[in-house]
Amino acid sequence: MSWFVNTLGSSIGKKLMMAISGLSFCGFLVAHLAGNLFIYGGRDAFNSYATHLHSLGPLVTIAELGLLTMALIHVLTGATLFYENLQSRPQRYAVNKSAGGRTIGSATMPYTGAFLLLFVIFHLLNFHFVDKTHITIFDIVSKSFSHPAYVVFYVLAMIIAGIHVSHGLWSAFQTLGANHPKYMPVIMMLSLVFSLIVGIGFGFLPIYISLIA
Amino acid sequence: MTKTINLTLKVWRQPSTESKGGFETYQASDISTDMSFLEMLDVVNEKLTMDGKEPIAFDHDCREGICGQCGSVVNGRAHGPEKGTTLCQLHMRHFSDGDTIAIEPFRARAFKVLKDLMVDRSALDKVIQAGGYVSVNTGGTPDANAIPISKEIADKAMDAAACIGCGACVAACPNASAMLFVSAKVSQLALLPQGRPEAARRVTAMVRTMDKMGFGNCSNERECEAECPKEISITNIARMNREFFKAGFFSATK
Repeated sequence: MSWFVNTLGSSIGKKLMMAISGLSFCGFLVAHLAGNLFIYGGRDAFNSYATHLHSLGPLVTIAELGLLTMALIHVLTGATLFYENLQSRPQRYAVNKSAGGRTIGSATMPYTGAFLLLFVIFHLLNFHFVDKTHITIFDIVSKSFSHPAYVVFYVLAMIIAGIHVSHGLWSAFQTLGANHPKYMPVIMMLSLVFSLIVGIGFGFLPIYISLIA
Repeated sequence: MTKTINLTLKVWRQPSTESKGGFETYQASDISTDMSFLEMLDVVNEKLTMDGKEPIAFDHDCREGICGQCGSVVNGRAHGPEKGTTLCQLHMRHFSDGDTIAIEPFRARAFKVLKDLMVDRSALDKVIQAGGYVSVNTGGTPDANAIPISKEIADKAMDAAACIGCGACVAACPNASAMLFVSAKVSQLALLPQGRPEAARRVTAMVRTMDKMGFGNCSNERECEAECPKEISITNIARMNREFFKAGFFSATK
């Protein structure tokens, strides 16, 4: 098995782990957003969606464990890459100028990533690890977003998520070696569109809930 | 009439690898705009020598943009602000009278500063020694067209082979990663039938050596591609990744 560890432990192997775990999160975001859209259907539609989702039982647990594994891989590998990359240039440049390759997304990846980790923990404590015996999920959500501070924080977090994804999605394809003259422009465009969908799609929900609350 | 300009240079001076360096300010007066950047440094050095001071040490050789020996970071840009040019091919007409120019060596943990702007780029040679070659038995000269190669593939291999190994990709990379250099060298051989027999062993050995030399990890910032004087594309990095996964997961190479 040393070949396996050698391959994944190399610089390209670590990128592979970031790409696969990152892509799985993109898949999760699609499912999460699709589910959240039930909020527009009102209290009963959203609560019924939540009940149906939880009636899947062990499938939900498997998905959660899968996401947790991916999160551990993504966070630990990302932290390792960040630390190694800091060390790779001990003496910094006095003058730094971009030649035009970097984007806001690519240049802030470790920082937006660290923020998103804290956000996910906060988000889970907020809506997942709460006692739901006497209150429905819709009421928890609408109570939370009646505080303007929550709305501002969540909208900001979703913009940051969009920025993170704008680099992450196309970057994952490049890392996997899926760079083709015919498809790369499409992938780059898809990456931008997806980041906007994440930013606006998730970002508008807290605003909508606070308006109807 | 030749146009001349006056410049203020802030140059990184460092007597040796071990010593601590710092910026020194010099005036470059009456610089012809037809001069190359290195010729401008020659003029400054001549004056420094006349004044009994130590001239600025910098790497250079062919001064035709093909040897890969020159290169410094000029105002935060490897090989200066012009796209697709080496420092020796950067002309002073791209600067204006009264400009202040900061000149620093290529910086990376894998590139030690030898003196002033001179850096030790032998880490790149180590990567080449690990696998940047094809093993061919000696014998009679093979016929030129014995192995058919399509024009498209030959062009791609040639584009990758345009890499002069200057190290600007490492210097420009926010992570000081050598992925563009290594991927160009892997690609130029992996694309051609002559390189296929050793492809798996080559990419594995070259990537491992690259990691061992202390270069950073690629995060697809694309600064390398934008700064490369030979405009090597990051499609080569994607190709190297494919080759590396193929070698790591599907070949017998350990």
